[in-house]
Amino acid sequence: MSEPASEPILVVDALSGRIAGQQVIEDIAFEVPATGVTALLGRNGVGKTSTIKSILGLIERTGDVRLAGERIDALPTHRIVQRGVGYVPEDREVFGQLTVAENLRLAERDAAPRRELVERLFPDLVARRAQRAGTLSGGQQQMVSLARALVNENRLLLVDEPTKGLAPRIVDEVAVALAEAAQTVPILLVEQNLRVVRRLAERVVVLSGGRVVFTGTAVEFLDDEELIHRHLGVHDASEAA
Amino acid sequence: MSTIVLLLITGLGLGALYFLVASGLSLIYGLMGVLNFAHGSFLTISAFLGWEVGRRVSDGTWWGLAISAIVGIAVGAIVAALTEYLLIRRLYERHIEQALVTVGLSLATVALFEGIWGTDPIYTARPEWLTQTTEILGAKIPNDRFLLIACAVIVLGGIVLFLKRTRYGLIIRAGVENRQMVTALGIDVRRSFTLVFAIGGAAAGLGGVLASVYYGYVSAHLGSVLLIFAFIVTVIGGLGSLTGAAVASVLVAVLQQFANYYLGGTGDLVVVVALAAVLLIRPRGLMGKIA
Repeated sequence: MSEPASEPILVVDALSGRIAGQQVIEDIAFEVPATGVTALLGRNGVGKTSTIKSILGLIERTGDVRLAGERIDALPTHRIVQRGVGYVPEDREVFGQLTVAENLRLAERDAAPRRELVERLFPDLVARRAQRAGTLSGGQQQMVSLARALVNENRLLLVDEPTKGLAPRIVDEVAVALAEAAQTVPILLVEQNLRVVRRLAERVVVLSGGRVVFTGTAVEFLDDEELIHRHLGVHDASEAA
Repeated sequence: MSTIVLLLITGLGLGALYFLVASGLSLIYGLMGVLNFAHGSFLTISAFLGWEVGRRVSDGTWWGLAISAIVGIAVGAIVAALTEYLLIRRLYERHIEQALVTVGLSLATVALFEGIWGTDPIYTARPEWLTQTTEILGAKIPNDRFLLIACAVIVLGGIVLFLKRTRYGLIIRAGVENRQMVTALGIDVRRSFTLVFAIGGAAAGLGGVLASVYYGYVSAHLGSVLLIFAFIVTVIGGLGSLTGAAVASVLVAVLQQFANYYLGGTGDLVVVVALAAVLLIRPRGLMGKIA
């Protein structure tokens, strides 16, 4: 297993999370390097989304979470995000009654939001500025969700299943946007589509039974059919597209 | 024809009063999920203090009424914000405790008001024009109804402008849809909770002063009576929907007036039946979001 070259941007240690009193992840420990994409993998229901939500404090959690060396596990969600953590949730969670422009304006934290970047990456959204986000297609909603995270200068992006349920063409657009974003900000990516993982991720962290069972390079994991089968329940990366 | 016009416009006037109370209830529930049973107390204390100050400044005049309204709005906003800050804030996501605290506050404050101002209604003096009528299509409409309607329209317009044009309004609209996602964008949504309570309290405060104009008296039970109908309006309109609250306020009040006139004083019963029908047929209300 290779180690990150510089100080990690995120260090998670002994992280446990509970939803409605039920333990959903237990004693999770991993690091996210300061550059590139780290994929968080595992079978359905294994606790990937819960791990992301625990880092953000969206669910009850215990453990040690450090962002660039600073402990953030005792902070409320909005303070963690204000420290430079962008979040793209599973199922997009756009504000359906608000327009596209209002969704983006709401997300702007920086004094100089990166509107030009967002407009370049998602030109379709410019034309739909005045449209209610709830009336957009799933792909367009995903663009809004990504744009909300990219409009600010973040230190880390937490991106949860961005290609879920999307048409292949839109999956490609999302992957392009994430690849461009990854040039300037490290990303922790939850993703079921292993083709996207292979295209974007340098490292993977694999969960099973609510615990980390593998940490290493993406190539090392994705080229090992036995590992993929054991931890993801598929025979090779092409099955999980 | 004149009877129908009279019932329609008096219904609109009563609906305006319901809306002033229901708008706050609806916003508070929509953003925070709090069923605020103490909302009627905001109205009553505002009515009493507005009346106390207004009558000392200039009793029975427009100037006195304007002072009452300003005091009522300020008192409603301050008391509501303090209630949120001191009591409700500690109980978010604990819905049973919230209900118990707000019900307890509502009961305790009624007893307090009775202790201070007595159990009997205190009749108030109004500007002369408000005691007169204006003839429209043969119907003699009490002038105070026009004041109620105008105030409710201004409040509705003001709240809509606030929600549409300001950043806090944007946060509140987003928070009504998905509070957790608002915090996940780095926004301290709880700051807007106090503001929403204050806005709701201010509207209820104005409602309290106008209720004393409508009924011609202030009493410790003024808020309790209106709160019941405001809750009905809020549920029929759809919890969390300001537009729904406005539409339902008019529908309920007009229905009530017509039933009282044509069905032998059964207005309250008809309103409750309408509530049951909406809950059975369309549980999310006329304009509420799908749970």
